[in-house]
Amino acid sequence: MDEIDRECSMNGEKRNAYRILVGKTDGKRPLGRPRHRVNITYIDKDGNKIPVRGKVGDNVLYLAHRHGIDMEGACEASLACTTCHVYVHRDFLDKLPSPEEKEDDLLDLAPFLKENSRLGCQIILKKEYEGMELQLPQATRNFYVDGHKPSPH
Amino acid sequence: MKLLRLGHYYSHHCFLPRRRLTSTVTSIPKICIVGSGPASFYTAQHLIKTVPRVEVDIYEQLPVPFGLVRFGVAPDHPEVKNVINTFTKTAKSPQLRFVGNVTLGRDLSLKELRNAYHAVVLAYGADKDRELGLKGEQLGNVVSARRFVGWYNGLPCDTDFPVNLDVEEAAVLGHGNVALDVARLLLTPIDKLKSTDITEHALEALSRSRVRHVKVIGRRGPLQVAFTIKELREMLNLPDCITVCNPFDFETVRSAVPNLERPRRRLTELLCKAADLSPSGNVDSNSRQFHLVFFRSPLSFQPSPDVPDTVGSMQLEVNQLDEQQHAVPTGSTETVQCGLVLRSIGYRSTQADPDVPFDIDRGHIPNISGVVQPGLYVAGWLATGPIGVILSTMTQAFGVGRAVEADVSSGRVDVSQARPGHTAIGKLLNDRGVTTVSWKDWERIDAVEQSRGKNVGKPREKIVDINEMLAVSVGTGGT
Repeated sequence: MDEIDRECSMNGEKRNAYRILVGKTDGKRPLGRPRHRVNITYIDKDGNKIPVRGKVGDNVLYLAHRHGIDMEGACEASLACTTCHVYVHRDFLDKLPSPEEKEDDLLDLAPFLKENSRLGCQIILKKEYEGMELQLPQATRNFYVDGHKPSPH
Repeated sequence: MKLLRLGHYYSHHCFLPRRRLTSTVTSIPKICIVGSGPASFYTAQHLIKTVPRVEVDIYEQLPVPFGLVRFGVAPDHPEVKNVINTFTKTAKSPQLRFVGNVTLGRDLSLKELRNAYHAVVLAYGADKDRELGLKGEQLGNVVSARRFVGWYNGLPCDTDFPVNLDVEEAAVLGHGNVALDVARLLLTPIDKLKSTDITEHALEALSRSRVRHVKVIGRRGPLQVAFTIKELREMLNLPDCITVCNPFDFETVRSAVPNLERPRRRLTELLCKAADLSPSGNVDSNSRQFHLVFFRSPLSFQPSPDVPDTVGSMQLEVNQLDEQQHAVPTGSTETVQCGLVLRSIGYRSTQADPDVPFDIDRGHIPNISGVVQPGLYVAGWLATGPIGVILSTMTQAFGVGRAVEADVSSGRVDVSQARPGHTAIGKLLNDRGVTTVSWKDWERIDAVEQSRGKNVGKPREKIVDINEMLAVSVGTGGT
């Protein structure tokens, strides 16, 4: 996300849009009171840290979508794919409820599976997740014959 | 401005480039994709997001989109099909055009597409299957599992697929997820399928099916299976169905379990559990049974004594594993009764057009990360071979998108000269009398399918006839 955009997201105009969209994308209540807020950080595929302010009850997958973070979520949180695979910072891993069998079965299909792998769509924010870091797995890098590296957009 | 900012929140599916490249490009990059399955839509999604002003045209052989999401994913796995919602968002972008009912190699040549577009991405998948080449394979009811899947999922060319379910014993050859899908459909109580989008003709045939015992046969052992744990668990949890394994197949497996990587370890643990629960001694032959058979390869198929042109039994060779974990024959054979054999030993791609650089032995288009040469790319199973779940196809397709984007922005694909794109191809198709299907047309088909489904308590009733699809697409096919 651009620096300017992030600044914008703090001002009123954008907040308004945010309110409307929060209601629409996951059917949850609008941005809540401060005591319901949960600040977490996504680390994208290129290692950039993206701080995001969510709220208790937010689904980590849809929260990422609202902030333009590339977490796919092909099956729309119905536990049928692995496209929202994230690594949860170890300090927070034990705070999350244990994965159900179905989530573990799906994680088995994820490339670059680690001990702290989870599916983003199964993480629902709680107050005690304040400060949690979620890292997206590295995309399989393209192999360019001539060593060309695509510039990020 | 406000609109633009709103768009930002949707940047996951955002069609407004976040930051326009300042470049001297004057013409609009025009890219076409052949095929409209997951590989195609994920490539398109990435291109629209990253290549400024790009126009992406998708050419699909059938009048309807989504490839194996519609025709491959099992009807009792509706959640997997949610991905269609994301694809639909991509399709509704003003930068994307869907052109259905157009076949590469028949209606259009690759040369024509390459002349009309700056870049062509081939993503037409793997729509043929491998054969065994064994004696008796041409007997009735020795059939392809891929076509069986096409039949219950409404693939137009498989509507009249000749399969006889008036038998008790069925065998599925192969230990992949398609093998388990097919076995599950044969052993699932019919009431569970009634509320899915399974085709009417398959539902009717399955409701009269006498199949009670399904043997799923693989040439190697429990440590080499290709199916995944979710599909295996579904088999073990089938109502009123007993899983039967041979405990001898697991003798050396248990000691290997602790040293396995997590996915293989969990899968093997579940297999061992199934073997432990497997009934010893005689099983009530009236019950539904799922037999998981290891270390067996088919040798030949024998006709049924009652119906001589139909399979009645199969001779199997007993294998063991050598040091490289390859199956080698032990020399002993056995015969199993089966009135239906479903061959599920892999899909393969075909060469749609003589100009497609194709490796016939490996059944795919040779490529490096999706690049065949600058301007020609390949995505999905046509690039990788028929392996992997939707995540692997997505990752590969995004990679292809990045490769195209890199070639366009670096000038390896020259987009400074305008290309006619669909203007030229549309005219060619029109001249050749090809009826095409637009996204709006597909939405009409979609609406009719959903409303027909609603009448019978299903999410949709798929139209299986191409002519009917075309009639409905222009609003003349009834409701």
